[in-house]
Amino acid sequence: MRVRTATSALHPTVVLWTAVGLVGYALLPWYGLESNFFTLSWLVDGYPLDDDVAPALFLVLQGEKLWLAPLGPLLLAPLLLSGRRKSDPFFGYLLIAVGATGVAYVLLQGFGIGLRGFEWPWLTWFFGELDDRQFGMGWGALLVSGAFLFLFTLGLAARGAVAGDEFVVGSIGFVVAVVAIFIFMPIGQMLGSALLTQEGDYSLPVFLAKFSSGRLWSLGCLSGGPRCGVAWNSLFLAILVGAMTTALGLVFALVVTRTGFRYGALLRALTVLPIITPPFVIGLAIILLFGLSGAINLGFAELIGVRPTRWIYGLPGLLIAQVLAFTPIAFLVMIGVVEGVSPSMEEAAQTLRANRWQTFITVSLPLMRPGLANAFLLSFIESMADFGNPLVLGGNFDVLSTEIFFAIVGAQYDQAQAAILALVLLFFTLGAFYAQRFWLGKKSYTTVSGKGDAGVHPHLPATFRNLVFGVAAVWTLFTLLIYVTIFYGSFVKLWGVDFSLTFEHYVKAFSIGWNEFGIHWRGSAWSSFWTTMEIALISAPLTAAIGLLTAYLLVRQNFAGKDTFEFATMLSFAIPGTVIGVSYVIAFNVPPIELTGTGIILVLSFIFRNMPVGVRAGVASMSQIDRSLDESSLTLGANSWQTFRKVVLPLLRPAILAALVYSFVRAMTAISAIIFLVSAQYDMSTSYIVGRVENNEYGIAIAYSAVLIGVMLAVIGLMQLAVGSRMIGRRGLDGDLAQSRTNVSQAVVARPQPAISGGG
Amino acid sequence: MAEIRSNAASVEFRNVTKIYGNSKAPAVNDISLFIEAGKLVTLLGPSGCGKTTTLRMIAGLEMVTSGQILIGGADVTWLPATDRDVSMVFQSYALFPHMTVTQNVEYGLGFSGFGRKETAERARAGLELVGLSSFGDRLPSQLSGGQQQRVAVARALVLEPQVLLFDEPLSNLDAKLRRRVREEIREIQQKLGLTVVYVTHDQEEALAVSDRIIVMNNAVIAQDGTPRELYEEPANAFVADFIGEANMFQCEVVSVEGDSATVHLGPAVLKLPARGLKPGPAKLAARPSRLEIGEPNAPGTVPGTLEKVTYVGSHLEFVVATEFGEVFVISPDVDTALRAGQPVSIGFPERGPVLITD
Repeated sequence: MRVRTATSALHPTVVLWTAVGLVGYALLPWYGLESNFFTLSWLVDGYPLDDDVAPALFLVLQGEKLWLAPLGPLLLAPLLLSGRRKSDPFFGYLLIAVGATGVAYVLLQGFGIGLRGFEWPWLTWFFGELDDRQFGMGWGALLVSGAFLFLFTLGLAARGAVAGDEFVVGSIGFVVAVVAIFIFMPIGQMLGSALLTQEGDYSLPVFLAKFSSGRLWSLGCLSGGPRCGVAWNSLFLAILVGAMTTALGLVFALVVTRTGFRYGALLRALTVLPIITPPFVIGLAIILLFGLSGAINLGFAELIGVRPTRWIYGLPGLLIAQVLAFTPIAFLVMIGVVEGVSPSMEEAAQTLRANRWQTFITVSLPLMRPGLANAFLLSFIESMADFGNPLVLGGNFDVLSTEIFFAIVGAQYDQAQAAILALVLLFFTLGAFYAQRFWLGKKSYTTVSGKGDAGVHPHLPATFRNLVFGVAAVWTLFTLLIYVTIFYGSFVKLWGVDFSLTFEHYVKAFSIGWNEFGIHWRGSAWSSFWTTMEIALISAPLTAAIGLLTAYLLVRQNFAGKDTFEFATMLSFAIPGTVIGVSYVIAFNVPPIELTGTGIILVLSFIFRNMPVGVRAGVASMSQIDRSLDESSLTLGANSWQTFRKVVLPLLRPAILAALVYSFVRAMTAISAIIFLVSAQYDMSTSYIVGRVENNEYGIAIAYSAVLIGVMLAVIGLMQLAVGSRMIGRRGLDGDLAQSRTNVSQAVVARPQPAISGGG
Repeated sequence: MAEIRSNAASVEFRNVTKIYGNSKAPAVNDISLFIEAGKLVTLLGPSGCGKTTTLRMIAGLEMVTSGQILIGGADVTWLPATDRDVSMVFQSYALFPHMTVTQNVEYGLGFSGFGRKETAERARAGLELVGLSSFGDRLPSQLSGGQQQRVAVARALVLEPQVLLFDEPLSNLDAKLRRRVREEIREIQQKLGLTVVYVTHDQEEALAVSDRIIVMNNAVIAQDGTPRELYEEPANAFVADFIGEANMFQCEVVSVEGDSATVHLGPAVLKLPARGLKPGPAKLAARPSRLEIGEPNAPGTVPGTLEKVTYVGSHLEFVVATEFGEVFVISPDVDTALRAGQPVSIGFPERGPVLITD
C-alpha cells in the first residue's frame, strides 16, 4: 500500500464538501424557483442579480438578505485545515464546529424569518422589526445545508466516531437528517398546529374542546342514538378488520403449509392482487355487487320481494371491502412465520405424547405469535389509514381518515381540526404498535438455531383441516368474483341501468389521436396516468436506495444510539398515510421548505411512506450475507464505501429489484397520503379515479382501475423475469422453486416483520 | 419424591423399507434388526445412509413404506409418534422457546395423565438427574448449548419411555463438551437401564458409548456388532475404512483349511483366520497400529521405503511406500532411530490384519 503524502494538501473529502457548499452559496439560486430548476430557464430570468434567482452571495453583495452573509465565511473556514492531518484534533473539532454551526444557522434563519419577517416574537424583540421576508429554500440552500451536514459528520469521523469511518458516519448523518426533516418535523409541526385556532393563536382550551368533542368520542350509538364518534368508528372497524384478516391470513398460511395442499403457488399468486390493486377498487366492486343497483343486491331483493336497500353502505360494506383487501397482506405476514416454525418443534411435541391438536395449540400457535401480532397490527393500521373505501362505501359511518380529508378540503378548511383528527389516528396506531410489543414481550420465538433437523410440518387434525379448506375456498371464490366484476364492469354501459357492453369508458379515458405534433393523448386519463408513471419511476430508485442504505447501517454497523435509530425507522411504519399527508400539507406549505403543489412533495411522500419496505427487504437479505465477506473486503484494503459498492450491493441485487418493484407499485396504488398532496398540475391516477367516483362516473373509474391493474401485472411480470434470471448465490442453484416462487412476495415477505403502514 | 425409572423395551425391524415421496431410491432398503431392552445401540454411517430415517421411523415421525416395526414385542408400525411410548432428543434440541425449562420438561407429562403435583415432582426429579435443578425458571435462550442439551434429555427422560432416541445429540456442542456429555448420557442410560437408539456419524463417539453399533451405508446395514468386533473384524472394506483408519492390501487366498487361510501378499505368505473366505483374490485390512516396521528383507514381510516419519508426542507416524501404495503405520516406540528414506519392511503380526471380501 502506498502511503499517502498527507501533509501536502487539504483532505480530499473536505475539499469536496467545501466546494459543494460554495457552489450552492455562490452559483445556484438560493431560493425556490417558480419553474422547474432543470429547465434552466432561471439562467435567462435575470440571473444572477434578480432577487428571485440570485445565489446567496449576490444577494448579500447587493445588500439584501444580509442574514445570509455569515454563511460565506463559515463555508471558507475548512480551508484553514490545509496541511493538517485527519488525526489532528484541530481537524475534527473545527469541522464539527463549522458543520454544527452551519446547519443550526441555516435552520434558524429558515424558520426564524418567513413570509412576514420574523416568525418568532423574541427575534423581533431582539433585532427590531424586519421589513424583509424570504420564501422557501431552493437548490443553493440545499447544497449549502448538505455541505455543512457532511462537514459535520466528517469532523465526527475524524474524532473517531464509528471507528473513524467517513462513509458510515456520513450515511448515518444523512439518514437521520432526512428522517428528521421528512417524518418527524412534519409530525411535530402538525402537533403544533393542532393547538392553533382559526384566528392563528395558540390556545389549549380550544384544542381540548375540539379534542374531546362528541363528534369524535360520542358513544351515542350504544344507547340507541344515531351515531357514535368517528374515533370509535375507526377503532371499532380497525379492530374488527385486524382480527378477521389475521384469522383469515392464518387460515391461508395453514392451508399452504400444513395440509399437503398442492396448489399453494396459486394462493401465493392471489396475494399479489392487493398489492397491485388500489385499495378502493375493492370498494367499487362491492358497490357493483351489493350497492343500491348492485347485481346481487337487486337479484336478492327481487327474490324475496322487497325493495333493494342501501345496507352495504357503512360498516358492513367497509368491513367486507377491507377484509378482502387486506387479507392477502396478513397472509404474507403469516406464511413467513408459519413456515419459520421449525418442524422439529412440532415433532418434539409429538414424541412427547401431544396429539396433533394439542401440538397445534401448545406449540405451533404460540410460536406464531409474532406473526399474529404483526398481521393484526398491519391490518389495523391499513384499516385506520384506508381512505378510498370509506370514501366510496362509508355512507353515514364516518371514520377518521375521511373526516380528516373533509376538514382539509371541505368548506370549513380547518387545519387544526385535521391535525387533531390526525393526532387521534396516530395515537391509535402507535397505541397498537406499543400493545403489540408489550404482548410479544421479551420471550424468544426464534425456533431455528444451530444445525437444523430436516423434519416436516405435521398436518392439521382432519376436522380442522376441512374447516380451513372451506373458509379458504369461500374467500378465494369471492375474491375472484370481485375481480371478474371489475373487469366486466369496465365494459358495461351504466351498471344497474343499462348492462349492454361497450368500449365507451376506455375510449373516453384512453383514446389516442394524431395531430401535427405526433401522438395526441386525447383520453381524459392520460395526463394523470403519465404523471403517476413519472412520479413512480422517480421515487422507486430513491426509495430503494435510502431503504437499502438504512438497512446496511442497521445490519452491518454498530454505533452509539443504534437502537434509537432503529426504533425511529420502525416507528415510521406505524404512521398512517393519511397522517403523513396532512402533516406534509401543514409543514411544507410555508417556508423554509415550500413544496406543496409540486411533484417533489409527491416523490418525497412516496419515499418516506415506502422506505420501510426497502429497509425490510435490505435487512432480510443482508442478514443472509455473511459478515465475513465485508470483513475480508475491508482487510483487503477497501474502505467501507468500496465494500458496500463492490461486495454488498451486487449480492443484494434481488432485494434491490424487489424494493424497486414494490415502491413503484405502491406509488401507483397509494391514495391516502396522495389525496392531500395532488395539485392540478400533478394529479395522480388514484386521486383522479376517486374524483370520478365522487362524480358518479363509475364506468371510467372502473375502466381506469382495470388498466392500472393490468399495467402493474405487466410490470411485476417483467420484474419477475429480470429477478428470476439473476438469482445469484447458493440458493439459486439448487433449483428450489420456493426461492423463485414469487420474488414480489420476497419484498413483501420482508415487509411484514415489523409492521409497515401501507394503506392506499 | 418421584424417581425416574425405565420401562425399557426392545425394538425390532422386520424387512423395513422407506421410500420418500416420489423418489426412486429407497432411503432405507429392506432392513431387519433387533435391539435388546436396556442396551445402547448406535446407528452409524455417513450422511445420507438412512440412519436418521431409521431413527425417525422408530419415533413414528416417518411411516414405513413396507415392513413391520415392533416395540416391546407389540406391533407399532402404523401408530403415530403421539401414541408410541418413545421419546426423542433432537439434533437442535427442539426446546420450546416460549416455555421455561420447567415448562419444557413438564410438557410431555401433561399429556401422559399425571396429576399436577406428580407432574411437578417428576419434572424436578428429571432436572435433578441432569443437574439443572436450579435452572427451572430460565428460558431456553438463557442457557448454554450444553445446558439446553441436558434439558432436552430431561424432557425425554421424565416420560420414562420404552425407547429413548438421540439424533446426533452432540453435533451442536464444542469438542471438549462432547466427551463429557456423551459420558453423561452413557451413565444415565446404564444407571436407569434404558433402551437407547443413538444416531451419529462420528465413529469415535459411536465406539465410546455403544453396547452395539449398526453401521449403515447406502440404505442398508453394512455391519452389526460390538465396538470391538467392528474395529477388529470389519466385515467389509467400507466398515474397515469408515471405522478408524485401515490400510488395504490386495491379496490372494491360495488355500483354506478349516478356519485358517494361507494368503499370498506380494512376497509374503501369511496364515490368517479364513472368516469364511474361499480361495481367490481378497483384501487384507490392517489398522496402522497393528503393523510393524522392521529390518528390510525379514521373512514374511512386505518391503518398502520409509517416506515420512512424524513425531506426534505419544507415538510416531510412518508413511511407507510399497508396491501396494502408501502404507500408514503407527508405532508407540518414539525412540527409534528410523529416518525417512531408508528401506524398511512391514510385518504382519498374527492378530490384527483381517481378510475381507474383495
